Amino acid sequence: MRIARATTAGAIALATITMAACSTDADEGPDTSADPTPASAEPTPTESADLTGQTVTVVTHDSFAVPDEVLAAFEDETGLTVEFAAPGDAGALVNQLILTKDAPIGDVVYGVDTTFASRAIDEGVFADYTSTAPAAADAAQYAIAGSSALTAIDYSDVCLNYDIAWFEESGLDVPQSIGALSDPQYNGLLSVTNPATSSPGLAFLLATVAELGDDWTSYWEALRENQVRVTASWSDTYFVDFSVPNYGGDYPLVLSYASSPPSEVIDGEPTSAALLDTCFRQVEYAGVLEGAENPAAGQAVVDWMLSDEFQANLPDNMYVYPVSSSVDVPEAWAEFAPLADDPITMDPAQISANRDDYIAEWTSIVID
Amino acid sequence: MRTAAHHSLSWWLLALIPLAFLGLFFLWPLGSVLVHGLFDGGFDVAGTWAVVTSSRTADAVVTTALLASAGTVGSVLLGVPGAYVLYRLRWRGQRAVRAVVAVPFVLPTIVVAAAFSALLGRSGPLGLLGLDQSVAAIIAALVFYNVSVVVRVVGGAWAGLDPATAAAAATLGADRRRVFAHVTLPALVPAIASAASVVFLFCATAFGVVLVLGGTRVRTLETEIYLQVNQFLDLRAAAVLSILQIVFVALALWLSAAARRRRERVLGGRSLDGTRPFVRADAWVAAPVLLTLGVLVAAPMYALVERSLRTLDGHGFDHYMALFGEPGRTVLPVSVAQAAVNSLVTAAIAAAVACVVGQVVAALLTRRSRRSGALDAVVMLPLGVSAVVVGLGMLLTLNRPVLGIDLRGSWWLVAMAQAVVALPLVVRTLVPSARAIDPRLRFAAATLGASPWRVWTRVDWPLLRRAFGLAVGFAFAIALGEFGATTFVARPDRPTLPTAIYRLLGRPGIESIGMAFAAAVVLAAMTAAIMMVSERMRTQVGADL
Amino acid sequence: MNHSTQNAASRAGSAPAGLEVRDVRVVYPGTPPVVAVEGATLSVAPGETVALLGPSGCGKSSLLGAIVGIVPVAAGAILWDGSDVTAVPVHRRGFGLVFQDGQLFPHRSLARNVAFGLEMAGIAREERRARVEELLDLVGLEGYGARAVTELSGGQRQRVALARSLAPRPRLLALDEPLSSLDADLRARLAVDVRDILAAAGTAAIVVTHDPAEAEVMASRVLRMADGRLL
Repeated sequence: MRIARATTAGAIALATITMAACSTDADEGPDTSADPTPASAEPTPTESADLTGQTVTVVTHDSFAVPDEVLAAFEDETGLTVEFAAPGDAGALVNQLILTKDAPIGDVVYGVDTTFASRAIDEGVFADYTSTAPAAADAAQYAIAGSSALTAIDYSDVCLNYDIAWFEESGLDVPQSIGALSDPQYNGLLSVTNPATSSPGLAFLLATVAELGDDWTSYWEALRENQVRVTASWSDTYFVDFSVPNYGGDYPLVLSYASSPPSEVIDGEPTSAALLDTCFRQVEYAGVLEGAENPAAGQAVVDWMLSDEFQANLPDNMYVYPVSSSVDVPEAWAEFAPLADDPITMDPAQISANRDDYIAEWTSIVID
Repeated sequence: MRTAAHHSLSWWLLALIPLAFLGLFFLWPLGSVLVHGLFDGGFDVAGTWAVVTSSRTADAVVTTALLASAGTVGSVLLGVPGAYVLYRLRWRGQRAVRAVVAVPFVLPTIVVAAAFSALLGRSGPLGLLGLDQSVAAIIAALVFYNVSVVVRVVGGAWAGLDPATAAAAATLGADRRRVFAHVTLPALVPAIASAASVVFLFCATAFGVVLVLGGTRVRTLETEIYLQVNQFLDLRAAAVLSILQIVFVALALWLSAAARRRRERVLGGRSLDGTRPFVRADAWVAAPVLLTLGVLVAAPMYALVERSLRTLDGHGFDHYMALFGEPGRTVLPVSVAQAAVNSLVTAAIAAAVACVVGQVVAALLTRRSRRSGALDAVVMLPLGVSAVVVGLGMLLTLNRPVLGIDLRGSWWLVAMAQAVVALPLVVRTLVPSARAIDPRLRFAAATLGASPWRVWTRVDWPLLRRAFGLAVGFAFAIALGEFGATTFVARPDRPTLPTAIYRLLGRPGIESIGMAFAAAVVLAAMTAAIMMVSERMRTQVGADL
Repeated sequence: MNHSTQNAASRAGSAPAGLEVRDVRVVYPGTPPVVAVEGATLSVAPGETVALLGPSGCGKSSLLGAIVGIVPVAAGAILWDGSDVTAVPVHRRGFGLVFQDGQLFPHRSLARNVAFGLEMAGIAREERRARVEELLDLVGLEGYGARAVTELSGGQRQRVALARSLAPRPRLLALDEPLSSLDADLRARLAVDVRDILAAAGTAAIVVTHDPAEAEVMASRVLRMADGRLL
């Protein structure tokens, strides 16, 4: 299957570009009527050849990775030269896009996640674009209501992970919900990350708000009583604190991802598992930047990111699930990294409106 | 007076070099963030005042002062005896120990923090101390990082101190303690003040160590600025905090300059070799000093090496082998070995730039004046300003062609960002040595027919080469380990060793953390090698005497 | 290097040969500025040694510095063979200077200290070596050339300083308290040596000292100075 797909990469990419060009035309109507000057002044490519010799700058977060051959195929087919800029982690990325929106640092961005998407949209960082790539229909189910600025590329579930052997030996029940963790029997067992400094930390905080409603503050008070450990970043919690054999830390319950357990499989046996009822779904988006020097090429990049080649490499390269339903996830994932059936979510608009307050309140409860 | 005016003009012409460099890569970016933050949408007096007077800000200022002071005092208390043992005394193997002590300086915070956490955690070897996620852990890490600055700067001065003076005092009936207090220590004060001011700035702007080892509970100006910029997007608060940070740093610099001014004396360059061989009686000093340094520096490094060798079934070199392969699951676009090469190339350029500019600055600062004081302060500023702010400023200002040169996405920018960070330490290393050269030595050369340029090449340079070697080593090391400003301008397809380590730590699996630690050990080894080479450069000059 | 150029020699008929100091004033900046030398006028003929005698702080070292060119002159003029050298930078003036404490280059051997001025003048290596040997002979340090300067005694250091200054054949040699850092016995002996060495070299010299006996031994003429003025 995959080999066959690779050989047709060229054809698909070509088709994608042509479609990208069409879609620009299609989108221009409403855009120009809303804003008479800038959009109509942009060059409108009609042929893929128009991009030959041009350069497109992709702004992304610092964990972006794409295999050389996938990138090379895209460059060959479009004639584009792709350059990357990565000014920090996911949160830093969005804020820097906002600060530089008068003189964008690139043409297209990848890596804006659920927790920051609305802020960036409200600030007018992106130009509207609706991809017509084959996977666009899959992406549409993660679209942000009321906006066609961002295209979903991948998603991941932020979940608590537990040390299977530790719970077997201790005889304690594995906690089955977020709420259960405030039970004193889990005292001193949980390590999470600070939502102000870490993206999964923020996701978990939002999960508690979504699950527990107004009770989330008293829940965190109880967690503090239960000596929840807070660290600055995911690597501190996962590599230093997690008690699985690979790391030998002191905490059998840590905040991580649904995709983490396959990395802890030893001799075919899993040593950790995700608590699927504690998962918060984070979607990562791509979008063309408003005021980009080369918006047509930016659109081509968005389409490329929805292509099967790009989508199929997402799990191995960035530990996220592809939005496209036409690519397979690695075998180990199918076996050891099941997704949550019913993940916890929150409306991006609600996140955008309350994030700073949630963080401030969380800080005063847990840290101060 | 004609010659004085001429001298002034040439001073300013020469000063254009450092000022243009700092202006483009530091002052302009910094200024743009401050202006952006304070004046976008008009200057908001009430909003600005609210930030200044908030209890959060006050807390951050107090914590910053406390941590920086404690870190500096700790580094000096351990570093001065360390300088004595490692530089004043001569013994076999000391060069290797000096290099090892300098290594922590460049280690990525994220790795050091992991090593400290492994030691201090509940079940770690030092877990009983209960220091996990405490202020004490942060201070220990600050000393771990910075003690080498004190050891090297003070050691350099001590090795060049005339032993006859101390001997003279001893013949006048002073016991060893008194000789130290009344003769040796006063002569070392300029070097100690110089080192302490640098260490203070490093501690005041420490970021990763504070955040990680403090479990995000300890908030300093630096961590607040980071949060305001990256989480809350409150540029006004970030700008106000940055200004507070600059005021804070300026105050520290002023105090240190005052201490140096009172004590800095012309050493005449008479006796450049004040070292003496190790005798048995020295063991009483050397043993406790080396033991303390050993625990503080070697223990975390041992934890680091141990983790880099740890595999599922014991220990082995698996992770080191993996460094040279294309990563199986391509989280990095290149092998870690290639990232190390990137690091070396960028750091070499950064060190060259920092040392050339630093040498010019040192020449300008040799003679004291009001203008040289101002230049000194400007050059030191990058140490005291948040890397987040400078990096952000670079994004805002250098994101377009400047004077026809398009640096966007250029890896030159990484080298320049590193050079800005390395420059202050280069200057602090060179200036005391430049000032220690008796000006009459230059007059003597001039009366023998040497033009100002030849005075510099034939008198200043040979006497400064020692310090210059030290400065090159330092600059290279700083550039190798620089992470803060680098992340803003680095390109994901051309990672340096620290950014590669950071990214390896972003994915699960024992191979990831194993490779990250192995890469950190490689970084440490590279640093140690560079430090040893720069040591050798110093000895050659010594042999020349 | 011989600084007595054709040009200077041709003018020698109309103006006095050697050094002429006219109404020189030296002021150190400060609040208020300090006048160190006021209206100093003197002359030194070729081959003559003149002593400037006075208590410490009387301005004699400042005057010497002004003559050599390491201290800026606020008013007045310094002439050599009748031509004004006030604005000529130190390294082109051709006046040598011996400091009280030698100021030898610590990174150079004894011989290379003496050779410094010859290197600056671009003298060839062979000639340089011969001249260095000649001067080490002159100051009684033959065979010491390879020594490090840190190995020398105070008296030896001053001899090296003297040799170093004389090596490029300065038009005028200025000596600033050349013997005061030495002990009394050595000083008396060395004062005679300096006189003989200067006589042998035939160089015009001006010696600053606070010791009248020393001045008498070394100089053919003694000028007294007090409070910034020549008496």
